[in-house]
Amino acid sequence: MKLAYWPGCVSRGFTPELHGAMAAVAPKLGLELVELDRANCCGAGFISEHNQELADTLNARTFALAQGVDGAAGMVNICSTCQGAQSECQERLDADAAYRAHINEHLEPEGLEYERGGAWWNKNLLWLLVEEIGLDALRERVVRPLEGLRVGPFYGCYIVRPTRRLGYELYPDRDKYLEWVIEACGAAPVKYAGSHKCCGFPIVTTNRETSLRQAGRHMADALDAGADCVVTPCPLCHLNLDLQQPESQAFVERDLGIPVLHLPQLIGLALGLDFKELGLHRHVVKTDEVQAKVAALAAA
Amino acid sequence: MPDYSLKIRRYNPESGQPAYWQQFDVDLAGCSCQAAICGSCGVRINGMSRLACNTKLGEAAEDAPNGAIVVEPMGNMPVLKDLIVDMDAVHWKKVQRVVPWLLPEGDPPDREYIVDPESMIDITQSMACIHCGACVSACLSMEVDPEFIGPAALAKAYRFVGDPRDAFTEDRLLDLAEDPHGIYDCTHCFACIEVCPKDVAPMNQIMRLRRRATSDYGIKDGNNGYGHEKAFSDLIEKYGLLSEAQLLPKSYGDGSLIRAQVKPAALKELTAKLPTVIRGLRSGKVSPKTALIHRKLKDQDQIRRMYKEVESHEDRLELNLYIVGDSDAEEEGTMAEGGQEG
Repeated sequence: MKLAYWPGCVSRGFTPELHGAMAAVAPKLGLELVELDRANCCGAGFISEHNQELADTLNARTFALAQGVDGAAGMVNICSTCQGAQSECQERLDADAAYRAHINEHLEPEGLEYERGGAWWNKNLLWLLVEEIGLDALRERVVRPLEGLRVGPFYGCYIVRPTRRLGYELYPDRDKYLEWVIEACGAAPVKYAGSHKCCGFPIVTTNRETSLRQAGRHMADALDAGADCVVTPCPLCHLNLDLQQPESQAFVERDLGIPVLHLPQLIGLALGLDFKELGLHRHVVKTDEVQAKVAALAAA
Repeated sequence: MPDYSLKIRRYNPESGQPAYWQQFDVDLAGCSCQAAICGSCGVRINGMSRLACNTKLGEAAEDAPNGAIVVEPMGNMPVLKDLIVDMDAVHWKKVQRVVPWLLPEGDPPDREYIVDPESMIDITQSMACIHCGACVSACLSMEVDPEFIGPAALAKAYRFVGDPRDAFTEDRLLDLAEDPHGIYDCTHCFACIEVCPKDVAPMNQIMRLRRRATSDYGIKDGNNGYGHEKAFSDLIEKYGLLSEAQLLPKSYGDGSLIRAQVKPAALKELTAKLPTVIRGLRSGKVSPKTALIHRKLKDQDQIRRMYKEVESHEDRLELNLYIVGDSDAEEEGTMAEGGQEG
């Protein structure tokens, strides 16, 4: 399947292991990714907070670039926040023809135009896995079922709310996909209170205490529920849950130390890719125990 | 045979006993008002904050774990008894906090205030609130920071900030921006938007408050809200993609790298971040190269042109779907009617 690929900013900035893991996993899933290297940041909600017309223009540009990729089935992203911020703009662009025409005027000098709807879509890797690739196809490709690995799902707000904007009418189970994918990889999904809550990242610069208390509490809940690790389709969540974990544990007054995997890393493990290729050494919270568990599976 | 099973969380704080679950198997043939207007039946049904009156039993039963519909009191507020929470202690206190009445300038007119009807459209969404508390119950910032002013009260605050008759717009915004538990304590989780039975979208009203505070009044708050938004927006204008390494110092310096180095509060914040930065470097997540050198996008001149075009309008254009609806079915634009122009 050929896809226009929007990797986002963070996967090429502070979570390079995510970008690398996706590059390693894509061919194994039969995906041909055409990276949108001219596309711009989605704004992560902050550009639309500043100026909605600007955010809609910037994302319409990304959509237009994606629509220009010959033979692509659609656009894929690897970031819940990109998905949510882009869906928000797309909702406005699709709702009103005059508004869309106005935004398209800003794209015209570059020879670009966003065309509404039709069969075109923008999906996070998680949605793509279930809806376009299919869980059966994923299961068939699994060469190393992650038996015994207990994984806590962490979705990221932008991919679960608001349901009306995020296509839940058509796909009502999108808030269960992560559990399904964990199962398809042979691992065991762990139920805990924080799986669909907020990591706190958007306010880490404006209210550090509220932000890191959220992050710390969810990781503590996952640990208490018996998770070996957490998996997330959002690199921004990853930053608050992994990079900030040594700080956030102070706000919940306990030791944490739970690894936080990116979605393509978990899939890559099940597809038999090696740890280094998946960037598992590039985490703040060491992934050694997860690696040891998976290595033991391979040996068995 | 009963039609439905309801699992209710029971609790009487005066009994000295802990809360417990009680299951009722009921044959329900009656109906409730379904009006969603008085806001007095807010509860959590299968974990979701909502009004009981307009929740269909059949649909709730479909989502029910193990066949029994789970009914609990709303969250983030103390339980008075069983499903009744103390709205006075939390919700109404917070609403009072935002000065929820009109503060016009000068003596009142002899008759009514005359305003252009168009100028009131923008606040109709926040006026639709029925104070049921569902958003307060679902708020994920309030869950960890009980002092957060919260979604309902901040939506109410926007109702007056956006009112053309009010004379204290800037003072209101300054107050809400400087409060450490004010507009910059909202974590952008969409929980309030998801549960609101009246489509008030409280988080969107909070974003409007931020936009007014930063873009219209240039309020440089002590919480770095202004700095973060400006830093983010400026970095995309300059590079096209986000540079996390520059975002942090610029956010603390009201959007400026230089101010970040001379402003004492910014220096303190940055020093506190050093261990995180060092850990990022040591794990290999961040390389000195990605931290220091940020390349511009290939077509960065196009991004700059777009910024210039959009920001050169006198009026800021905002399409509020609550007001204009989804008009594209008829392929007719109604953009001008729903715009918030500030």
